[in-house]
Amino acid sequence: MASVALSEAEKVYIVHGVQEDLRVDGRGCEDYRCVEVETDVVSNTSGSARVKLGHTDILVGVKAEMGTPKLEKPNEGYLEFFVDCSANATPEFEGRGGDDLGTEIANTLYRIFNNKSSVDLKSLCISPREHCWVLYVDVLLLECGGNLFDAISVAVKAALFNTRIPRVRVLEDEEGSKDIELSDDPYDCIRLSVENVPCIVTLCKIGYRHVVDATLQEEACSLASLLVSVTSKGVVTCMRKVGKGSLDPESIFEMMETGKRVGKVLHSSLQSVLHKEEGLGPKRQKVGFLG
Amino acid sequence: MAGLELLSDQGYRVDGRRAGELRKIQARMGVFAQADGSAYIEQGNTKALAVVYGPHEIRGSRARALPDRALVNCQYSSATFSTGERKRRPHGDRKSCEMGLQLRQTFEAAILTQLHPRSQIDIYVQVLQADGGTYAACVNAATLAVLDAGIPMRDFVCACSAGFVDGTALADLSHVEEAAGGPQLALALLPASGQIALLEMDARLHEDHLERVLEAAAQAARDVHTLLDRVVRQHVHEASILLGD
Repeated sequence: MASVALSEAEKVYIVHGVQEDLRVDGRGCEDYRCVEVETDVVSNTSGSARVKLGHTDILVGVKAEMGTPKLEKPNEGYLEFFVDCSANATPEFEGRGGDDLGTEIANTLYRIFNNKSSVDLKSLCISPREHCWVLYVDVLLLECGGNLFDAISVAVKAALFNTRIPRVRVLEDEEGSKDIELSDDPYDCIRLSVENVPCIVTLCKIGYRHVVDATLQEEACSLASLLVSVTSKGVVTCMRKVGKGSLDPESIFEMMETGKRVGKVLHSSLQSVLHKEEGLGPKRQKVGFLG
Repeated sequence: MAGLELLSDQGYRVDGRRAGELRKIQARMGVFAQADGSAYIEQGNTKALAVVYGPHEIRGSRARALPDRALVNCQYSSATFSTGERKRRPHGDRKSCEMGLQLRQTFEAAILTQLHPRSQIDIYVQVLQADGGTYAACVNAATLAVLDAGIPMRDFVCACSAGFVDGTALADLSHVEEAAGGPQLALALLPASGQIALLEMDARLHEDHLERVLEAAAQAARDVHTLLDRVVRQHVHEASILLGD
């Protein structure tokens, strides 16, 4: 994983700053950096989003393809996650170098979506046991400047919000053979409700305090962090400790509380931005990477 | 080429272009802050990002170091969602490896590698959306990224594809035109000297027509050069304003 080398003096400077609730870039302990979100940036996907959080740059594309439902859930569709840590982010990721980190992030995404409330998977079913929509959520990591998990989860939520799946109907004739008919109108689509899609808030333990949205430099000072995925209502769907250090149980509860509080604010501001962008309509000038 | 008329009687193509016309090109240099050089290009609906790291010390085995020049290392990858049908792997498949080799050959011809002996230059290109002419878009993006990194080059490298339909040479093929299966030519040109850095042709084409197709591709590449030159000048102008000169 991309990291920076810091000297002892630099680390002490950052740790002392965090104790005073003042970070190197002037933020408080519970402040995010400025997040830029744009949806519908790749036109041959069902939904896409680009998120820029400081130097962290994420592109997510969602493609809906038809598949067969899983045996244990015959009347539900499913989501597949794939994270590509491209060499664009750092030369260490060249060839197979980014695979470990990519798998780790993809598994975390599977885990935070592994509950009934996140996405209405039943709406992805076309005909039970035979056909369903499979949403391939592909994450492309273009630059990493700390706090990958949060940025990726925000991008995934924005891309799912942007996803439009063509409406299909199942026609059955007298002999019982089924036919799938696609709607003639390209704008006749189903959309997913992203109300309960969780976002990850990573809390980095630095010294005696914890910070949200750590930069690469701050991540280098922290021994352990807690990853909490929260929904817009403040429900925790998954929690994970990452990093080589250890955390005491008391601070875990403290961090969870912070995570819930910060997560709610993150969700509400993301929702308002997404609705505002959608309000601009199809004539919106797309910026993408040109701006 | 049944069913689809690639060139109408009036001389217009499927997307309304004339035979020698390019798609709209938009580009930007310095997209990322952490890399030494980066650039983004849109050619119609084909979108590509290029990032350059280096010249730096050789990574991995030292045995790869060249005593007289820099090693140019290229990786081509194309996002899993870039194509119409979802791709399984972003890189490492046969086509990506071949693209990487072609890019390497192209840029070894253009970069003044002898100025940086025993070092390495990494060029990574990423296709975000593929709509024909991915090789050309990658080369053009990589040229801007190498320039952004300040690595000395002989000249710009400008690439363009060309095809041949009903006795007419078409420049800058789109995905629909590529998929129709006619002859296809990819050309990378050093515009100032008119030298060719890479030339590749697929499918069958009569020898008599080759010159015309080649000329169409070269003309298109020279047009690309005009546009890229404008982008570079604009970028340098903006950067110099920021520096307060």
